[in-house]
Amino acid sequence: MRSAVVLFPGSNRDHDMVKALHSVTGIKPTVVWHQDATLPDVDLIVLPGGFSYGDYLRCGAIAARSPAMLDVARKAKAGVRVLGVCNGFQILTEAGLLPGALMRNAHLRFVCKEVKLEVTNNDTDFTRAYAKGQVIRCPVAHHDGNYFADPETLARLEGDGRVAFRYAEGTNPNGSINDIAGILNEAGNVLGMMPHPENLIEALHGGFDGRGLFESVATSLAA
Amino acid sequence: MKVRVTITLKAGVLDPQGKAIEGALRGLGFAGIDGARQGKIVDLTLAETDKDKARATVADMCEKLLANTVIENYDIAILG
Repeated sequence: MRSAVVLFPGSNRDHDMVKALHSVTGIKPTVVWHQDATLPDVDLIVLPGGFSYGDYLRCGAIAARSPAMLDVARKAKAGVRVLGVCNGFQILTEAGLLPGALMRNAHLRFVCKEVKLEVTNNDTDFTRAYAKGQVIRCPVAHHDGNYFADPETLARLEGDGRVAFRYAEGTNPNGSINDIAGILNEAGNVLGMMPHPENLIEALHGGFDGRGLFESVATSLAA
Repeated sequence: MKVRVTITLKAGVLDPQGKAIEGALRGLGFAGIDGARQGKIVDLTLAETDKDKARATVADMCEKLLANTVIENYDIAILG
């Protein structure tokens, strides 16, 4: 599986993501600067976590308007798989590639800890390696992860099985509506999630629960 | 021309910062507060001299960047 990681000024989880992709797929991803108007031809584009543009204006708002994102939108429309983690999720909502918005955590505090995630839908290109309803461990680190969508959008997301991950066992760290931790676009090829699966993929991380996500994408391409 | 854009959260969207401000004001002894909502202001200086054209351009700016219309409303005021 060929992949690319888009680097914005203020990204800081790009190295973790590159390592995770390299470790799972065996192929080092290409790192693309956000000013590059054309991304290489890859199977998976990843927007990593961080604080692009210092979260100025709104989290992800300025990064979402960068030249690279126009090409990400084009490629997403053509069916290329796109994963946005943490700030990457915020950028995807700001770019209009995913519905809703990520607001300040309900308790106003930055959270950096491990949560439990329920695999709400395992019939997706990003979650097939997990069992439906499986609860996995995953770290979170964010200040603005409080997912919000209007009631109609929310009903559509829930009804169409587009909630991929939900915070489980009372670990919702941010007040997210319906405990939503990760959602898919309508076509199912774009996933945004606040937790960091790339930070739980090897023994030194203390677990392997995040590997399944990357393995799912790789398997979906081979199929 | 100077144009002021005021961006506010839509009604019904949780505003934890507004809530914190409200709580702090209560803590200072201010009574009778029925709510506090936090927004932001962007002041623009434009070369445009036609008010209608300026308003239309700024509305476009709001839709494309300045406001996230999923959660925010915007108001445009020509300051002159």
